This record gives sequence, C-alpha cells and structure tokens, in this order.
Amino acid sequence: MKALRFERNMPRFAAARVVSALAGSGKGVRVGPLELVEIDQFEMPGPDWVRVRPRLAGICGSDLATLDGRSTRYFEHIVSFPFVPGHEVVGDVEGGALDGRRAVIEPVLGCEARGIDPPCPGCAAGHKGSCERIAFGHLRPGLQTGYCRDTGGGWSTGLVAHESQLHEVPDDLSDEAAVMVEPAACAVHAACAADITGGERVIVLGAGTLGLCVIAALRALCLPGALVAVAKHPNQRKLARELGADQVVRPGEHKRAARRLSGSLALESGDGGIERLTGGVDLVVDCVGSSDSLEQCLEVVRPGGRVVLVGMPGVVKLDLAPLWQREIELRGAYAYGSEDRPEGPRSTFQLALELVRGARLERLVSARYPLESYEDAVAHAAHAGRRGAVKIVFDLRKGGSAGDVPGSRGAGGKQVGVTTKEAK
Amino acid sequence: MSPRPGFVLEVDRSTPATLMWHGEGFRLEKLPVGTRVVYGPEPLEPLSDPDQAIRHALEHPLGDSAPLRTLLFPGMRLTIAFDDISLPLPPMRAPDVRQRVIEAVLDLAADAGVDDVVLIAALALHRRMTDPELRHALGDRVFEAFAPHGLLMQHDAEDPSNLVHLGFTDHGEDVEINRRAAESDLLVYVNINLVPMDGGHKSVATGLASYRSLKHHHNVRTLQNSRSLMDEHNSELRNSNWRMGRLIAGLGIQIFQIETTLNTNTFPEQLGFLQKREWEWSLRDRASFLAASSALQRTPAELRRKIFHSMYAPHDLTSAQAGEVEAVHHSTLANIHRQQLVEVSGQTDVLTMGLPYISPYNVNSTMNPILVACLGLGYFFNLYRNKPLVREGGVLIMSHPTPWEFNPVHHPSYIDFFEQVLAETTDLFEIEAKYEESFATDPWYVHLYRTSYAYHGVHPLYMWYWCAHALQHLGRVIVVGGDRAAVRRMGFSPASTLNDALELAEDIVGRDPTITHLHVPPLLLADVT
Repeated sequence: MKALRFERNMPRFAAARVVSALAGSGKGVRVGPLELVEIDQFEMPGPDWVRVRPRLAGICGSDLATLDGRSTRYFEHIVSFPFVPGHEVVGDVEGGALDGRRAVIEPVLGCEARGIDPPCPGCAAGHKGSCERIAFGHLRPGLQTGYCRDTGGGWSTGLVAHESQLHEVPDDLSDEAAVMVEPAACAVHAACAADITGGERVIVLGAGTLGLCVIAALRALCLPGALVAVAKHPNQRKLARELGADQVVRPGEHKRAARRLSGSLALESGDGGIERLTGGVDLVVDCVGSSDSLEQCLEVVRPGGRVVLVGMPGVVKLDLAPLWQREIELRGAYAYGSEDRPEGPRSTFQLALELVRGARLERLVSARYPLESYEDAVAHAAHAGRRGAVKIVFDLRKGGSAGDVPGSRGAGGKQVGVTTKEAK
Repeated sequence: MSPRPGFVLEVDRSTPATLMWHGEGFRLEKLPVGTRVVYGPEPLEPLSDPDQAIRHALEHPLGDSAPLRTLLFPGMRLTIAFDDISLPLPPMRAPDVRQRVIEAVLDLAADAGVDDVVLIAALALHRRMTDPELRHALGDRVFEAFAPHGLLMQHDAEDPSNLVHLGFTDHGEDVEINRRAAESDLLVYVNINLVPMDGGHKSVATGLASYRSLKHHHNVRTLQNSRSLMDEHNSELRNSNWRMGRLIAGLGIQIFQIETTLNTNTFPEQLGFLQKREWEWSLRDRASFLAASSALQRTPAELRRKIFHSMYAPHDLTSAQAGEVEAVHHSTLANIHRQQLVEVSGQTDVLTMGLPYISPYNVNSTMNPILVACLGLGYFFNLYRNKPLVREGGVLIMSHPTPWEFNPVHHPSYIDFFEQVLAETTDLFEIEAKYEESFATDPWYVHLYRTSYAYHGVHPLYMWYWCAHALQHLGRVIVVGGDRAAVRRMGFSPASTLNDALELAEDIVGRDPTITHLHVPPLLLADVT
C-alpha cells in the first residue's frame, strides 16, 4: 500500500530545517526525511484492533513543524521511527463492531490501546491526553496515531486502530466534516480548559484551523462576554467573524483591542503608542504557539488572568517577568478524552462531532490533494492563510487520487478540489 | 479699490486649470467644460486700528449689556474664557486676536482694581493646548502673568469638582458647565468667529461644557437635522445651544460676549497664488506654484507636515463686537456674511472640492482619515445656506491623500474607532447606540484627555456624526488620490484621478451631470437659491 513515511534520518532532518528556515515553511519537505513509499500492511497489535482505510487525512500545524525540522526534541522519546504521519483521519473500518462503517480516529494511544491494565491515573479518569504510558505497553512509543511505527497514520491507504479509538461518523456527515472532528476536539478541550464561567473577555490569537475551531468551540460551549480574534489574512478574518468572534483585529492591534475591551489603562511608549497595559482581558487562547504569540498573550491578559496554550509550541524565548508579577496562569490544552460539562462527563470527540455539525466546520476544508502530490499539499498547507485557505487534506478515496477532477486547479492539476476562495 | 465679491465661474475651453488642495499639497485640475467654480469674495479690508476697534466694542456693547468698564469692580471674580487651538485656521500670525482682546479686557480690569482673574481655554472635549500654543494665542505678557501662577487654566470636562450642573432646558437637556465660569461675577468669552457656526450661545454652552451636556446636541439626530450647520435658521445644533445659553442667562450668570471676525487673507505671501483666481495668476504666481509643488513632491512627508503647520495666516480683523450674546452674534453673522457669502443659483449633481492639510482638530498634528471625512462632509459640505450645493442623491468628490495615519498622542481613541469600530460598521445610529458610551467613559481616554494632549475618547464619534447630514443627503462619496483601504474603511469610493472619480459618479448621477467645484479655502458660504 502507499504511504508517506517519515524516517529517522538526521542529515535529511537537518537539511529540512535549513531549507525551511531559508526558503519558508513547507519547502523543507523536498529534502527532508518524508518519502512516498510502497509498504506492507501493518500487523494487528492485538485482538481489539481493526484496519482503517483513510478517506481524508488532514495536514496539521504539528505535522508541518515536523516536516520543517523545527519540532522540539521533547518528542524524541515519545515517537517511534519510521512513522506514517496523519492524525486527523476519517476512514472506512474493516472489522470489529464498526465493520463497513466510516469512523474518525481519536489518535491518542493511551493505556487501553497499549493493552495496559490497570490504566494510568490519567486514562482511568478518562483524560487520555494525560496518559503516562505513551511509550510503554505492546506498542512502540508514540503519543498518537501518526507518530507511532506500529499503527501507521492517515497519510496512507491503510492503518490500524484500536476499537476504543474509533468514533462512528453519522451517515449525513460528509467526509470533509468528519476530518475536522479531530482539530475540533482539540478546540473543544481547549474551550473546556479555559474554564469560563460566563461573561469573561477573551482573545483568541491566531485564526488558522485551530484558532477558528477554538472560536467556534468557545461560542458553542462557553459564554464569553466578548470574544476577539486576532487574524492575519482576509479569509481568516471573515471566517472568524462567521464562527462567532465579536470583533476581529489584525496582528499588532491586539493590545489596543484588549485595552478597549477591558477598559484598561496603559503605559505609553515615547511616541504616544501603547507600551503596556495595566489590566487586560480575562483569558487569552494562544493558537499559534510561538515566542511572539506567547509574548502577546502576556501583553494582553489581566493580572490573575489565564493563558491557554493550544497551538503546539517548541523552544521559545520569553520574558516571564509579567507572568510572575501579574500572577498569570499559563495552562496547556493538548488533546482530549472526557470533558466535565454541566450535564456531566462527555466525550471530547462526541462534543467535537456536535460542534462540527453545528458550526459547519466542513467549510474550513479548502483543498484536497492525492498522496502523490504531497510536496504541493505541504506547501499549500504551510501557506494556507496567505492563499486564502484553511485546512488542506489528503484525499485517499477511490478516484480521489486521480490527477484532474472537475474544479481542480493548482500546479499541474495535482490538486483535486478547492472549496474555499483564495484571498484577494 | 474695494475687494471684489465672490462669484461663480462657468468653465469654458479657455479656462485655465483649477487649483485643488490635496492635503499637504495641491494639484491643478482641468475641469470639464460647463463646470461651475464657486469663488469666495476677496479678503475684506482690515480694520485700520484693530486695538482701537476692540476698545470701542468694549465701551459700546450691543444689546442690553452695559460697557465692560462698568461691570468690573474690586473684589469680584472675573473669568475670561477664550477659543482654543481649533480657531482660527490656519493659526494666525502674532499678535493673535485673542491676545489683543484679552489685553484690552485685562487693562480695564486692572483699572477697576480687579485682582481675581482667571483665564480658561474653552476646550470642550478638545485636546489641551501646549504652552507654546497658549503663548502664541495670548502673547508673552498675558501668558507670563497668568500661567506661572496657575491662573491660566484649560477647561476639564472630566473634572467633576470643577463642573456645575445648572439644570435642564425645556427639552430636557442637561446644562453642565465649568464651575469657575458659572460662579464668577462676570464671565467674558473671547471668540474668533471663522464660520457662522462659531460663537453665540455655543461659546459657553459648548466650549465650557461637559460630555453630559454636550451629548444633547453632539448626536446623530441633531446633526442630521442641522441643514446646514452654518445656517442659523436651520440648525438644530444652534437651537440646542441657544436653549442652553438662554437657561444660563436666565440663571443670572453674567456673560460679556466678545466676538471677532477675520478676513479671508488665509495664506502667506509666498503662497499668494492660493488666494487668487487662476486666470489672474501672474508669472510670479505661476513660478511660485511650480516651485512649491515641485519642492513639496521632493520633501519627506514628516517635513512637509512641519512646513505647513509652521505656516501662520495673515488674517486681519474685520470686526469686533461685544455685549449681550445674541445681539453680538447677530452682528457677527452680518460681518461673516459680508466676507464669505456667495450667491449660487441652483444645485448640482456632482460637487468637487480639494481638502487642505488642516482642519479644526489637527492643528500641529496629523490629518487622519476621520478628520478628512469630517472636513469634507462635516465642514465644507455644510458651507451653504438654504439648500446644499449638491442635490439630494448627488455625488461629492473630494481630493485628499487620506493617509491611514494617526497621531497617537492627540488622537488615541481615533485609532481604536477607525481600526475597530469602522471595521465593524459605518452606520451612525448603530455606532452611537453601541459604542458611544464606552468611548466616552473609557478610563484611559479620560486619563489622556485630562493629563496629556488627547482629544476626548468620544471625539472621533462626534467627528463621524458631524458627517451625518452629508451622509444622509449624498448618493456617493468619492475620494481622489486617497489611501484606498482607508477610504473604503469609511464606506467611500476611492479614485485615482478626478476623471476616474467623475466616471464613477456617472453610476449615480448619469452621464453629463452638472458639476460644481467649491474653491475653498479661503472659506466661503454658498447662498444657494
């Protein structure tokens, strides 16, 4: 079967890092350790495992960081090489209770999938994202499907998944909607981690897939008093507004927006601009995960406020003096499992399925590519915002990998469909 | 030779190109044949002895007021309020008329043995004046005598301890003004009346008022129903101020109003061509125009701004009148009309105008996009009596670079208003309902207004409201040569050239529209019949 496989090849990893640093994100894939290969089907790791034939598989920001060679070394011991990337997956199930059905994969490889019993405290509490055994059990290390040598990932025509990872997709939900469930689940978890009680003033930094999903999740699951999105590109601004932001501002306007929203005083810079706020908003959700974005979070959150980090960070350089002096809470929001809701514990993925349907998140899927065009697909994903796109996916359905289909565009007709207009 | 009156030129093939202001620059435009160009009267002859004229006005007051000399007595509290930096435009060369008037008032006060005298700059919600600006307006002698002793104040509309609520008009309007002014034995108000809207009861009821009071007439409804702001018979803004002023007078607060008018000698000699009609330009004028245009094109924007804002107008005094507010203002209007009124027969489909570098709210500052809109739609559009120059549903074309640029010291809330509010909506009523209170009460804006040199937080909304009548009346607003994003942000249409703008206008007014060009500044007031 066909798969894009990521090898442990340090020279090529370094080359990807250099090229992406010089030529821009997404460019490193041409020289990096990702290759389109023919591989054998994965063996079943245990009795409750089934095969899944991916239909659509998304390209995520964390995938791009890996391909660019800029992901943190923190992950070295919780992934296993070679692996097939792709953790945003909707596919056809072969075997088990969902045989013949479509399902989305909840990619965390926690205790249950690893055959570990009794489970760790995190898994026991239903918080699979907090699993303490992701390098143990009968699977090789891998925090998620898409980072584990034994399971494969969505960027292929076949993978294996534990039945506990599967969530059936209702018949009336399109593949495009279903492939958005995983990022939507991250957003749902972040919204729940934000711990909003109602009326808080919130800023969401970043309006890529994750940022837009977070906006939708905050609007659907919480009662923010005011929700401001910081978005760079025109299409992102439009979508942020449609998904529930009360106000959308450009990068660089975040301090003014926060000041206006909170009625804070400000310390002025020499030219009359705003140097620093004395107050700020109650909550900032960082959907970027860079040094700059974290610094911006600390600039606009009020003393005693909270920053929720949703975008995957790497090594950052940051002045933590404001965090200390203003007693700001910095909280991570990584994955999913079970969420405490007023009606009782709910599966993050079930909430995400509802969010995708309610907010029509399929509209975020902008372009589909066959595996063979992975270089173009990655380049498109790396510059999605600038090109008026949001989520780029691999199309693994029969016929989906054909070069030219109606509505296609892009270099050499390799792209197989576009559903979102490019920004002007 | 007496100055020639204003007139309306009809452009023919032999008419030379017409000068249009374009921010910190100007351009020559060949207007289509048949276009009417409205020129103001030439500058009136100045008073030969302005100081004598001022003293005469103080001794011979109008209305039921006694001469100022007789109103002054030892032990009294005397407050002299004066117009702020927004008048005149451009700032006039020294001595400023405020200096002349205040020196004359102080001479009389000294003769009468009055020693409790306070000067107050009547800022309303405008920015505070800097010391050099105050010194220029008042002269060294007055400034040195008052400022070091804390007797030269600037009205603070956000200082509750120095405001007094005087009651409500019969329309339920709060009247709240400066406490020192209200509790003085005599309040002398010194005006520079550049346009008919200035002065009268507006001086005290606006210049020395609080937001609580101002919002009763600085609102969309009032400004939409001021047709025009410059027509005393048809201005709701004027009516509201008059109700407030009469309430103040009815309470026994004694006001001695001094109003002054200036001629339209607006630009210094080296830019004399700006004062002339194009076909009368001499060789020297042409050379000056070419030299100035060419030099300005090569000059960096910041320096260009400094050059223009360091330019003082050679305005001269044409009248001074003093006494009871309404009688004084009646006389003032006659003098303004004498200088500025031009009869224009009939309306036009398309009105064009060039906007200069300065408006009342960016003296020594940046002409940001909201001020561009306010100058064109709020001020110049309203330079009419009877009927607007442009017909209802017509098109206004204004020329200005309209940079997306703000002075963060002077206009902090303008930045937020432009970047956040106008990004959401340009609808006047929606803005008023949804945003006014938060801008007016924002503690940071209040802090900057009171302690720095910032316009009040609500001021950009007021400037937007100022466009209310024009926005309701016009079918389209086109800005020539402006920053396209800034122009679009305000809901206007950008055009690269005047010809492009005229083509765009055809969508609204059809082919072969009538076109009228308002040739200002120097200022004029069109009496449209």
